[in-house]
Amino acid sequence: MGLVDLLLKGDKRAAARAMRIVEEEYPEAKELLRAIYPYTGRAYVLGVTGPPGAGKSTMIDKLTKHLRKRDYKVGIIAIDPSSPFSGGAILGDRIRMQDLSLDEGVFIKSLATRGQLGGLAKATDAVAQIMDAMGMDFIIIETVGTGQSEVDIVKTADTTIVVVVPGLGDDIQAIKAGILEIADIFVVNKGDRPEADRTVRDLRVMIELVERKEDEWKPPVVKVSALYDSGFDELIDSIFQHKLYLEKTGRFESHRKDKVKELFVGLLKDRVCSKAISGLKESGIYDVLIDNIYNRKVELYNAIDSIRVIFDYSELKVLLGD
Amino acid sequence: MADERKVKILVAKPGLDGHDRGAKVVARALRDAGFEVIYTGLHQSIDQIVQTALQEDVDAIGISILSGAHMYVFPTLIQKMKEVGLDDVIVFGGGIIPLDDIPKLKEAGVKEIFLPGTSLETIVEWVRENVKPRKVTL
Repeated sequence: MGLVDLLLKGDKRAAARAMRIVEEEYPEAKELLRAIYPYTGRAYVLGVTGPPGAGKSTMIDKLTKHLRKRDYKVGIIAIDPSSPFSGGAILGDRIRMQDLSLDEGVFIKSLATRGQLGGLAKATDAVAQIMDAMGMDFIIIETVGTGQSEVDIVKTADTTIVVVVPGLGDDIQAIKAGILEIADIFVVNKGDRPEADRTVRDLRVMIELVERKEDEWKPPVVKVSALYDSGFDELIDSIFQHKLYLEKTGRFESHRKDKVKELFVGLLKDRVCSKAISGLKESGIYDVLIDNIYNRKVELYNAIDSIRVIFDYSELKVLLGD
Repeated sequence: MADERKVKILVAKPGLDGHDRGAKVVARALRDAGFEVIYTGLHQSIDQIVQTALQEDVDAIGISILSGAHMYVFPTLIQKMKEVGLDDVIVFGGGIIPLDDIPKLKEAGVKEIFLPGTSLETIVEWVRENVKPRKVTL
């Protein structure tokens, strides 16, 4: 049996191999993704983000155990940063989830960002597709520990969960801008700490201050404690409420369509740019061009504008059945 | 760096032995050499290590072991890897291992053993030479 058939049957080894193909962008990736595409779109995608040390991995470990109790299969994509200097990475999110590694209904994949900004890895979506095709009900994506602008997860996830912790007074300040706006659900982790209730209150006040249309979603604040295993049923309820809200208001479809656009534009940029660069390099112009721009003989914008790109859509039209 | 195919290595600590300084130092050195290192943390069962290697699709497993259980851990690990089809994943290790045991471990399928005092450069160089991304076909 081929890799694709095995993976569609939920075989973990086949799935892992398939993920490697898409991650390394092997030539087989195209055929693979085409073959599994009809079997995707079923899984519900949760994004989990928050500052480093907020307990994202531990929270996901517990959330997954609760989802498993309800018999859902869960795929986890845990993203950690690559070193900008060596290109290497230490992927350590699994440490907090190793109990899950022997669970038949759980698949954990670590990804390194490999230079990608925005808190995700380039292969995130393709890996999620594979998890979807192998039969996962939920896919949980854990971003790198974020500051204020790593908000790409919103575009990828159906429901975005922002994890915060009590005790860091400035935390609330830090989330005022970027992260406050992206959360569909707030999780106050380490809820066993005495300051947790105050953090919950502060967040709720902050959420009230945001102007909303009548039918617009108001992010709930859920206090959980991984230590005492509390709050997770409430969190799962909130996830399902948000899912229901998306479906009822038609936002589920529009959000997923936006995601397709986002992915399409992103990939297109990537492809066009790397094709242009490799073309320039092959014809030996690239180094001369850079030298000339550096030496002020050619101006940058003029150089860019003087490149003619010819697009041919005939093959695409065949794909579309035209 | 961007177009290079990454080598993935699992660094694992099996069993009850709680001394992970060495594993962390090696993990860090491999990261600095440009490898992607998956680190499992302490107290891993052999089944957990095998499942992690399988799900993360690693090219090699580095086992740090100071407990004296190496004559059990390595052969069992290699056997269980075979059972799930990870025959082509390279296994190497480091720790306090008597010289007499090394040939037996190699016979069991361990590719290399690094003893205390080995320099990080030696380990990194060895990994660079011996571990390549595993072939994958549809």
